[in-house]
Amino acid sequence: MTQVWDTLPQVLIDGLTLGAIYAIIALGYTMVYGILELINFAHGEIFMAGAFIGTAVLIGLTGLGWVAVMPAIFILLLVLVITGGLTGMLGMGIERLAYRPLRKASKLITLITAIGVSFLLQDIVRFITETQQNNYIVNTPSLFPGSLSISGLNIRYSFLVVIIVAILMMVALEFFVNRTKWGLAMRAVAQDQDTASLMSVNVNKVISVTFFVGSALGGATGVLFAIHYGTIDPYIGFILGLKAFTAAVLGGIGNIRGAMAGGMLLGLLEMFAAANLSAITAGLLSSEYKDVFAFAILILVLIFRPEGLFGRAAIEKV
Amino acid sequence: MSYLELKQVTAFYGAIQALKQIDLTVEEGEIVTLIGSNGAGKSTTLKTISGLVPVKEGSVIYKGQDITSRKAHQTTKLGVAHVPEGRRIFPKLTVKENLQIGAFGVKDKKLIEERMEKVFSYFPRVKERLHQLGGTMSGGEQQMLAIGRALMMDPDLLMLDEPSMGLAPIIVEQIFHIIKELNDDGMTILLVEQNAFQALKVAHRGYVLQTGSIWRSGKGQTLLADPTITEAYLA
Repeated sequence: MTQVWDTLPQVLIDGLTLGAIYAIIALGYTMVYGILELINFAHGEIFMAGAFIGTAVLIGLTGLGWVAVMPAIFILLLVLVITGGLTGMLGMGIERLAYRPLRKASKLITLITAIGVSFLLQDIVRFITETQQNNYIVNTPSLFPGSLSISGLNIRYSFLVVIIVAILMMVALEFFVNRTKWGLAMRAVAQDQDTASLMSVNVNKVISVTFFVGSALGGATGVLFAIHYGTIDPYIGFILGLKAFTAAVLGGIGNIRGAMAGGMLLGLLEMFAAANLSAITAGLLSSEYKDVFAFAILILVLIFRPEGLFGRAAIEKV
Repeated sequence: MSYLELKQVTAFYGAIQALKQIDLTVEEGEIVTLIGSNGAGKSTTLKTISGLVPVKEGSVIYKGQDITSRKAHQTTKLGVAHVPEGRRIFPKLTVKENLQIGAFGVKDKKLIEERMEKVFSYFPRVKERLHQLGGTMSGGEQQMLAIGRALMMDPDLLMLDEPSMGLAPIIVEQIFHIIKELNDDGMTILLVEQNAFQALKVAHRGYVLQTGSIWRSGKGQTLLADPTITEAYLA
């Protein structure tokens, strides 16, 4: 028990960092699902592409000498905006080229297409990276080095950056969805596409906007990941995307606030398990089993609340 | 030239031919009703006009403009409002948001406010429910909201698909009263109804559809007095 208490502050810090990353990627899954009932498995790769694009921009800016003379916050914003714009367009393009022609096909076919797009993106990024260096594993220059040390607690500056930017992105999305005209159109399209089109809403345009926003946020999160963890490879999107998808299901797929909460929860649980699993089970299970722990929680939630923690059971209305 | 004209319109619903060479006109300021039994093609006719169902053959002319191949979101911008069957209120949007989405094509915020006030003048009940979710309203209130939402577009032609469906008789009276009132204020209306008696009473002209074709047409009163129609639809 003392071990649990002793590690708790660090678990909270690490868990919130990871949770914030899960949460924003989960938003991308949940927004697309809410509107098209499609699980866009390529979304994890959008995140990965964001990490690579962000790193490339950062290296480019370092080469130009900007990083040395300008405030790190300014550089970060610049990298986030460029990366978000590019991954947003990437997501929009994927929908236009790969998903839209299949809009009337069975959901399974679109799902398999999404998995195909995942592999394609992984290989494209790997190919490009290998033409630049011999290795496909890349180190991201650290933009916020150093850390605060408060009574044995290690708080990296980049932790603060990740958490603040993540919260700002979530607040901005909430505002966009609930307070703007296009957010309103998005919610209307998610509920009833035909009727939305009778309200002069161009449904295809709304779907494009949804992909842009979700992918821009996903790409920006890739930047945060790269800056915080420092090492990226073309395959980080797979397991991370899977867990973010889990977070979206945990919170109730299609529910934006649910995805945020689900992501935070999953991050915290995972870090808690990593720190304490071995102590709790008296050495039987090591911290390597943290994923098993997290997914076991998911299975339990789905058994007892199939609509997710924050989802409402779908009521069929006649 | 007619306000709205369908020339030899043929349409399919999947593999089934839903409309067979429909000819139909609506003049400015009229209430025209389409009656007929279930599956006769009444709703499909409205959907081909608004663009939800593609026209296979024939053409749809609105104010002299060929709108045959326009998509729904383009047709509505020309001033054709379509209140769909079953009202189709957005259940998880508030009443106010339901009205706002009706004016999606409008940029001027003041104009949106003005139109909302106009909707309230027809439907004071809607104003009382403004911050409630659309899905929590009663059937009659939802129908009023659905019509109000369409009025937010400030349409020239209002198409109503079975506005009386599933409503209590007293509410049906109210809805038909509003339809008459809207028409008196200058709105051209194309009304699809199963409630043939009420519809023919309020309409200037009517068409009777049978398995995708027009079986009879004429003045509302004439059709009401036709014993074959009385027998088939009013018994």
